[in-house]
Amino acid sequence: MKNRLPLLLGLLLTFNANAELRATGDLGIIIEREAGSALIIDTTEHKQLSRIDKLGDLSHASVVFSRDQRFAYIFGRDGGLSKIDLLQDKLDKRIVQAGNSIGGAISQDGTLIAVSNYTPGGVKIFSADTLELVADIPAEYADGKLSKVVGLVDAPDQRFVFSLFDAGEIWTVDMSTPKKPKIEKFKNVGKFPYDGLITSDGRFYIAGLFGESGLSLLDLWEPEKGIKRILPDYVKPDEQLPVYKMPHLEGWAVADDYIFVPAIGKNEVLVIDKQSWKLVKAIPVAGQPVFVMARPDGRQVWVNFATPENNKLQVIDVKGLNLQSTLTPGHAVLHMEFTPRGENVWVAVRDDDQVLVYDTHTLKEIAHLPAQKPNGVFFTSRANKIGF
Amino acid sequence: MKKILLLLCVSLNCLAAEPTSVRQAELRHLLKNDCGACHGLTLHGGMGPALLPETLKGKPDEFLVSTILNGRKGTPMPPWKPFMNADDAHWLVNILRQGPQ
Repeated sequence: MKNRLPLLLGLLLTFNANAELRATGDLGIIIEREAGSALIIDTTEHKQLSRIDKLGDLSHASVVFSRDQRFAYIFGRDGGLSKIDLLQDKLDKRIVQAGNSIGGAISQDGTLIAVSNYTPGGVKIFSADTLELVADIPAEYADGKLSKVVGLVDAPDQRFVFSLFDAGEIWTVDMSTPKKPKIEKFKNVGKFPYDGLITSDGRFYIAGLFGESGLSLLDLWEPEKGIKRILPDYVKPDEQLPVYKMPHLEGWAVADDYIFVPAIGKNEVLVIDKQSWKLVKAIPVAGQPVFVMARPDGRQVWVNFATPENNKLQVIDVKGLNLQSTLTPGHAVLHMEFTPRGENVWVAVRDDDQVLVYDTHTLKEIAHLPAQKPNGVFFTSRANKIGF
Repeated sequence: MKKILLLLCVSLNCLAAEPTSVRQAELRHLLKNDCGACHGLTLHGGMGPALLPETLKGKPDEFLVSTILNGRKGTPMPPWKPFMNADDAHWLVNILRQGPQ
């Protein structure tokens, strides 16, 4: 027995080590909006790994991931910026960097985190490693006023692009020399840009407009050509239906040769040709779309809605550009996220206190996880995508 | 007689204004989640301004009720009258003036 003891111990240690190893590619974060906590989840096992508490006001929250997928950066409504260690199930660092904040981005090389703030209006940029402040860019426009900043994305060549809601401007900032940000401003882009997306190739930045018809397009390969208006006459503001929740734009709007965007004040998803920037089709849907998200392969686009239709989820077939299916996951379908190759979609259903997992081929629910008033669902595969 | 009639009118008015407890729960849910979508879960603001007692001070009830029911043209504030009546809106304004519970 004495001779065998070291062997036994060695085996035990090996098993222990294997049991403790965790990889990052199939991890994610689910935000619990009232509790101010975040769940770390595993999309292979469909299970919760841990809960991280005390993350402040997460009633609106957005998440980006470090380039090695180890850390999640959570941008909270109260200006909190939390760096979560997904391998060690803990809060690594937290700062409160503003009064009110809507989202953020990580730089091309992964060294900088930028946050878009409502109060004070502007962008602050931090070291992704230490969360120390690197740059402060007030979104100042006419008469010394500060604008809310929305639609902040990363772009190639170490840039960030964002929109100024109150000012109707789009700015780019080049952070190649972190101590000397180089800002370029595009003015009069349109009234109330409410969010922005960048295409997955990092070329086109598109801001949706709330106060005017259409969207504003900036070609980052030819910024000297300025801003182009897409769909300038589509829905005039006085024709709009009331909008009970602001839609969101992100890079998952692109599928096949098209960009799919929510109409503002009309119950439609607009299909825009990516070459001509003309409207190809307006697909009638159940309500005011909030998230219009393409499955990673681009064959389907899934849509959720503002109140009072926020118990529905609709699936558009991209091949036929028509509605394929209407699902009723439950009460208050707030957000969704596809697994990296798109076989599943995770759907946050706030008032049922759960997240449902659907098979995107059969459209059947295959799993569910309890979550306290869940809103955002974010997976680590975002770490390697431009604009996420 | 006039005084009794007046008293009746006033008291009936007050009775009519208070939503039922079921309705109150619905309104609190709406305040937290739908108003909260733009004004923040804690009403400290977001896309829309803060709705705390100090921010609402000096603004007349009728102005706030009208804003809730009719929205504000040219801004993201939509009209909530498809979802509530004037009594509901009055009750919400009172809740907002009291502040966080």
